[in-house]
Amino acid sequence: MDASIALLLSQDGITNGAIYALLSLALVLVFAVTRVIFIPQGEFVAYGALSMAAINAGLLPPTMWVVVTLGVAVAIVDSVAALREGAPARLPMIILKNAVLPVLAVIVVRYLPLKDLAYPVQVLIALCFVVPLGPQIYRLAFQPVAEASVLLLLIVAVAVHFVMIGMGLFFFGAEGGRIPPFTDGGVTLGPAYVQYQTLWIVGIAALLIAGLALFFEHSIYGKALRATAINRTGARLMGISADMAGKLCFTLASLVGAFSGILIAPITTIYYDTGFLIGLKGFVGAIIGGLASYPLAAAGAILVGLLESYSSFYASAYKEVIVFTLILPVLLYQSLTTHHIDDEEEH
Amino acid sequence: MARLLTPMRAMLAFAIAMSLLPLLAAQFTVTLANYIGLYALVALGLVLLTGIGGLTSFGQAAFVGLGAYATAYLTTRHGMSPWGTLIVGMVFTTAVSLALGLITLRLSGHFLPLGTIAWGISLYFIFGNLEALGGHGGIDGIPPVDLFGLELGSTRAFFYVIWATLLAAIVTTQNMLDSREGRAMRSLRAMTMTEAMGIDTLRYRMVLFMIAAQFACVSGWLYAHMQRFVNPTPFSLGQGIEYLFMAVLGGAAAVWGAVFGATAVSFLKEFLQDQLPKLIGATGNFEMVVFGLLTILVLHRARDGVWPIIMRFIPQRELNRTVEPALALPRRDVPERGSDVLQVINVTKRFGGLVANNKMNLTVRAGEVMALIGPNGAGKSTLFNCISGVNPATEGEIRFMGQRIEQLGSRAIARLGMSRSFQHVRLNQDMTVLENAAIGAHLRGRKNFIQSAWRLDREEERRLLWEAAHQLQRCGLGEHLFDTCGSLPLGKQRIVEIARALSSDPTLLLLDEPAAGLRHLEKRALADLLAKLRGEGMAILLVEHDMDFVMGLADRVLVMEFGEHLAEGLPQEIQTNPKVLEAYLGGVDE
Repeated sequence: MDASIALLLSQDGITNGAIYALLSLALVLVFAVTRVIFIPQGEFVAYGALSMAAINAGLLPPTMWVVVTLGVAVAIVDSVAALREGAPARLPMIILKNAVLPVLAVIVVRYLPLKDLAYPVQVLIALCFVVPLGPQIYRLAFQPVAEASVLLLLIVAVAVHFVMIGMGLFFFGAEGGRIPPFTDGGVTLGPAYVQYQTLWIVGIAALLIAGLALFFEHSIYGKALRATAINRTGARLMGISADMAGKLCFTLASLVGAFSGILIAPITTIYYDTGFLIGLKGFVGAIIGGLASYPLAAAGAILVGLLESYSSFYASAYKEVIVFTLILPVLLYQSLTTHHIDDEEEH
Repeated sequence: MARLLTPMRAMLAFAIAMSLLPLLAAQFTVTLANYIGLYALVALGLVLLTGIGGLTSFGQAAFVGLGAYATAYLTTRHGMSPWGTLIVGMVFTTAVSLALGLITLRLSGHFLPLGTIAWGISLYFIFGNLEALGGHGGIDGIPPVDLFGLELGSTRAFFYVIWATLLAAIVTTQNMLDSREGRAMRSLRAMTMTEAMGIDTLRYRMVLFMIAAQFACVSGWLYAHMQRFVNPTPFSLGQGIEYLFMAVLGGAAAVWGAVFGATAVSFLKEFLQDQLPKLIGATGNFEMVVFGLLTILVLHRARDGVWPIIMRFIPQRELNRTVEPALALPRRDVPERGSDVLQVINVTKRFGGLVANNKMNLTVRAGEVMALIGPNGAGKSTLFNCISGVNPATEGEIRFMGQRIEQLGSRAIARLGMSRSFQHVRLNQDMTVLENAAIGAHLRGRKNFIQSAWRLDREEERRLLWEAAHQLQRCGLGEHLFDTCGSLPLGKQRIVEIARALSSDPTLLLLDEPAAGLRHLEKRALADLLAKLRGEGMAILLVEHDMDFVMGLADRVLVMEFGEHLAEGLPQEIQTNPKVLEAYLGGVDE
């Protein structure tokens, strides 16, 4: 291998690593706040990318029907809950927000000249029809069992992954999707030629990470999420609703996932089931951070990206094996340095 | 009719009905039944791991693959006998599950499933890429199994092999769970209590994971010789997840839930793959969507799966409700009356900046009841946790029977002859009172899970249960032996904790608020029991708020306040001590 190949591989590794880093941050966030190990995180990547590909081709985003269906389901579940609590006054707002709004959005999109819209507007529409799935899924699948063990929540997460993969094939078909880059071409930086899209990815990932940091440090909702992550019961006693915290962090997770998908779709073909492996690589990063530390998770994710790109050069058939067995020494190290016994009593 | 249905007879009827199936049913049905048997074997392992151990694995399909590929490769390329390759596969499986378990089981419970995801994906890609294993094309020409010169080549013949294996696995698993080591496995979720009874929880989680892996490996071996061809597809992570769905849908807490889950998923899959695409008019993995939704629904509405719901509609005969008399277990030597059993010297416990115990000193002697009293939050339970090793002291020295124990874990301390009850009752609510008490006698037995699987532990088991029943009777719970703990009032549950501690034949008994929640007569009976134990030479340290109880029973009383030693003496001295009165009733400050 010479320097130019090494440079190319590193560039590739960092680009993918930036995406994995975004995903790993979302995973750590979701786990800290809700104790859900969010296996379907990667599905949002595929949904985001493929919805964008559809819109870019002038087609309606197929996930819009899921958003409507789940919206109606949430409206029903929430209405029943509101009636049980004796608060029928909340019904109009619940129905408006969860059921009417998605239907209106579908009607609007139906009459938009999707193909001719500006690129950023297309991105925005794609996000509008993928991101709501996050809080909807939280409400329907996780909120009813929010107090259950980590194990049960994990099994629910895997079940959601199954559902999303199955529906992904139905909506997007078996063919992959690709979208044009944000900006065509590239630039020569010193010895390396760098595509503009790579710069977009790394830049936007950095911006998003900074944005998340600001959100957690300075906004009241960010602080509420941090409080919930530190102590759920304590946060609830301070008036922070665990349901709100759950929906909010699932919204962030689906936003990060879908946007990551749109970022990489110009450089890799995304299939309906590609997201799973991408999400799991984010996981490997998150596990390197012990599912607890944000900076370590991000650093771990970059490491995963680099490892992946170098192993695809040396042993391309085994790159997945190499990446996934990486977590074994990491877990071994954590196992040898932790003396904490986890006692999840069932009361 | 109902009285005829004992578990044994039900099992026999099931076995007879199943043995007729290949003679009567069509080829297609027999093939389906073979697959169900193979799936159920894997799901049975997951029932053990998930329902009993509170852990889970998404990598079971990879273990199936390990068993299948080991025999496929070695029989076709090296001409080994299938029986030999079965052993090789199981050795491989042991090595992998041991390594994965050692790496992940010391961490929080969710690291095992994450580790198995990585393992499942990795092995799948290795199968698909190794030239020697035929890559994605796989290996064909696997020879049939040969049993005493009888070649088991046909689907119908193989049916008997699969279902005999499955039934043997079910029976041995049930035997294992109904034994000393089985009770330990069923208590794994309550780790603090289980460790305090001297049980090595890490070992049992490891054992459960390894058994689950072996069941999967055997299923893979059977699969390879039934199909006579392997390729990587059935060993993917997705299939691993499907196995978990079978266990969860059927009921992860019941052995037969595995069979039900495997059957339901197989039929449903057959039906859905056939019908849904026609109905929807498009191709797709709709069965994935349905299984996912079903699993979520079951976990929301019936966490124990569908099997327990079915069982509610089947009338069952009352189980045998007597404890057979047996030889008493050997007992520990009782220390000389009046000798020091426990010495706590300058023990300090800090939680970060909070000092919960500050330089505490106390001594408990054989044949003496020492009471520890003090207002709420004085640090009494914290001191108990330091002494019993549940949450070790930050500083200071603790001696038990002359031996330093402040560095030992709760398990090692239990082994030395200290047993305790907990302030917040820690019983297995689904097990009977008798079984809960028998957990205390765990360290007095030796037979392991393999012996119990084959019922080679019955003599010892009778002695353990007889001991537990004896202690329960002494505590006045003789009529509740076969009730589930969850059905007892809280006061009685506390007494079960005492019986459990007594079943370990302790030298020192630590009781955390034993009289709370008891009625007057029950309290008197408890005081009589403790006085009797004292008379036998046992050392007792108790925390209690009921002053009549304490003052009538204790030989000496130690009063704590704000984590510190406030006063110590005979009960009548403490009752008139002005400092104690002030701590309890509040002094006049101004």
